[in-house]
Amino acid sequence: MVGYLTRSTPPLSDGPVPALPPVPGLIARLRPGPPGWSFVKPSILPGFRLTFGYTLVYLSLIVLIPIIGLFLKAASVPLEEIVRIATAPRTLKALEVSFGSSLIAALVNVVFGLIVAWVLVRYRFFGRRLLDAIVDLPFALPTAVAGIALSALYAPKGWVGSLFSERGPLWQWWQAQTWLPFGISEFAPNLKIAYTPSGIVIALIFIGLPFVVRTVQPVLEEFEAELEEAAATLGASRLQTIVRVILPRLTPAVLTGFALAFARAVGEYGSVIFIAGNLPHISEIAPVLIVIKLEEFDQAGAAVIAGIMLVIAFVMLLVINLIQAWSRRRFGDV
Amino acid sequence: MDIRVENIRKQFSLYPALDDVSLDIRSGELIALLGPSGSGKTTLLRLVAGLETPTAGRIYFGDEDASLRTVQERNVGFVFQAYALFRNMTVLDNVSFGLTVRPRATRPPKAEIRRRALELLDLVQLTGLEKRYPQQLSGGQRQRVALARALAVEPTVLLLDEPFGALDAQVRQELRKWLREIHDRTGHTTVFVTHDQEEALELADRLVVMSQGRIEQVGSPDEIYDRPANPFVFSFIGESSALPVTVKNHEVWTGGRAIGLPAPHEATGPASLYFRPHDIELVEDGAALAGVVAASRRVGGTRRVELEIGGHPDRVEIDLPFDHPAGERTRIAFRPKRWRVFPAGRGS
Repeated sequence: MVGYLTRSTPPLSDGPVPALPPVPGLIARLRPGPPGWSFVKPSILPGFRLTFGYTLVYLSLIVLIPIIGLFLKAASVPLEEIVRIATAPRTLKALEVSFGSSLIAALVNVVFGLIVAWVLVRYRFFGRRLLDAIVDLPFALPTAVAGIALSALYAPKGWVGSLFSERGPLWQWWQAQTWLPFGISEFAPNLKIAYTPSGIVIALIFIGLPFVVRTVQPVLEEFEAELEEAAATLGASRLQTIVRVILPRLTPAVLTGFALAFARAVGEYGSVIFIAGNLPHISEIAPVLIVIKLEEFDQAGAAVIAGIMLVIAFVMLLVINLIQAWSRRRFGDV
Repeated sequence: MDIRVENIRKQFSLYPALDDVSLDIRSGELIALLGPSGSGKTTLLRLVAGLETPTAGRIYFGDEDASLRTVQERNVGFVFQAYALFRNMTVLDNVSFGLTVRPRATRPPKAEIRRRALELLDLVQLTGLEKRYPQQLSGGQRQRVALARALAVEPTVLLLDEPFGALDAQVRQELRKWLREIHDRTGHTTVFVTHDQEEALELADRLVVMSQGRIEQVGSPDEIYDRPANPFVFSFIGESSALPVTVKNHEVWTGGRAIGLPAPHEATGPASLYFRPHDIELVEDGAALAGVVAASRRVGGTRRVELEIGGHPDRVEIDLPFDHPAGERTRIAFRPKRWRVFPAGRGS
């Protein structure tokens, strides 16, 4: 049992045991254990075993066991079959679409999330609380509803989509620019948003919006006004202050928000299927492919793709966490 | 550069933080703004820096009206109580920040910036720590970095807001001496805010005593301590005892008799007598203040005694030699050696 590793009492031996002074209660727990490795640092806080045990059970039931089951399922597939599924053009394209759009969406969310957080924290205006509440809507709204609403809006006949469609004003304007060396059809032959990878990105931006805002907001709220004042007295312009003083301090929080938004986007299914069109090799995301495999009763294939997704996502999150740890050391606690 | 504050008024919401304050700061002097919290001293400092805008009044840097200039344009050096160092930058980058943000036309070349920053770190005795981050320094070191950073822009005036407030007593003592040295060497006009009168008396060429948004007195430490202009300054600076008295026939009276203190210029009527507890002499006979010992305690090398003076509920404090045999209920007669009588009505 893992918990026993925390015991710091030395094992009884035959030889004369050095007399330890009688230390009562809490002090006794602080007594240094045997030299070398110990599972947990001595602490006067009680309840480590109970809470750690609970954490393990909880994580196992909810996260670890299902994931282990997934990998076991994938492992039952012969290796050459795994390679075949993994390198199938359709799988590769789906993974590329999934991770590519998630990355773009998370990056867009970093920029706009920062601006939204800035506005919410720095200015006092009528309706600020309302706007603040709206930020959380993507959390609460069923993703399918969001997907349907977005696809209606961005479809070629939708309010926004019609602007970009072949008869839309943007297209017309572009066509009228005769001085351009290339026509719009060469530059962007397909200005459709819904039912293309662009649509996927929009859905993913929507569901990832709250993360960056909510992680950056508290840091920005606690940002010492004195730092900005110091920069100003030293002659720094507003822009220089933001770029050189404020943004570096927000980096760890931004990275957290980015990682959360990215992770959420990779796993998103509900909203994407409505706006993506799900065309194989074009706008099919990996989770959709997994569902398709399941519907074909190809559980092994689904498990292999899921396993690949999991490994890629895990590695990316790990890297982000390492960068974060580094930036935290570098810029102090945030 | 001379700095002139003219009829400055600053209103936060309802109450005025500064009420019609005027002050001349001479070029090259080290001047302290001293006062209890809420007296407006920090507000005055921030107004000079341009971190606040006055509700009314003007601030001149030399002959130029600085009120119209932004913080960036005023070129002041400001040191905050909580250091306000940029912790994403090394010590060297912190110090050179003010030079690196200059527009290209006035920005010195990189090597020159580095040379100047290192020179300043040398001045503040932090040579060799330029690669550290602020969080790897002690409080005293951080404040010295902050000072070097402020000096790097060659400020027209150096403003320090309770610069030693967050430091422990010993470091504070050390930095105080050292700030004086730096000031004497660089000759910057320096204004610093403090609520520590000892710090102000020891460090400053001139003191500005403030209370409730007004300037009570401006003067050298000696003037302020020896000739306080009003009861507030008397009781705020140093230790003091006060006693309600009456001025009659150009003499100070209390409890129905004269106590041997002449008051040739004071108007007849109720007044307050102020003196320092240590500045008294014990008298055996003749007109004097007499009281009964109500409490006494040993303070270092002296004995602080609280006396009840004839029927007054307020007690006065005097210092006696620690081996004085005064016990409870002993009757002691004394006369202040130096004192001030202020007409009643503006008590504190």
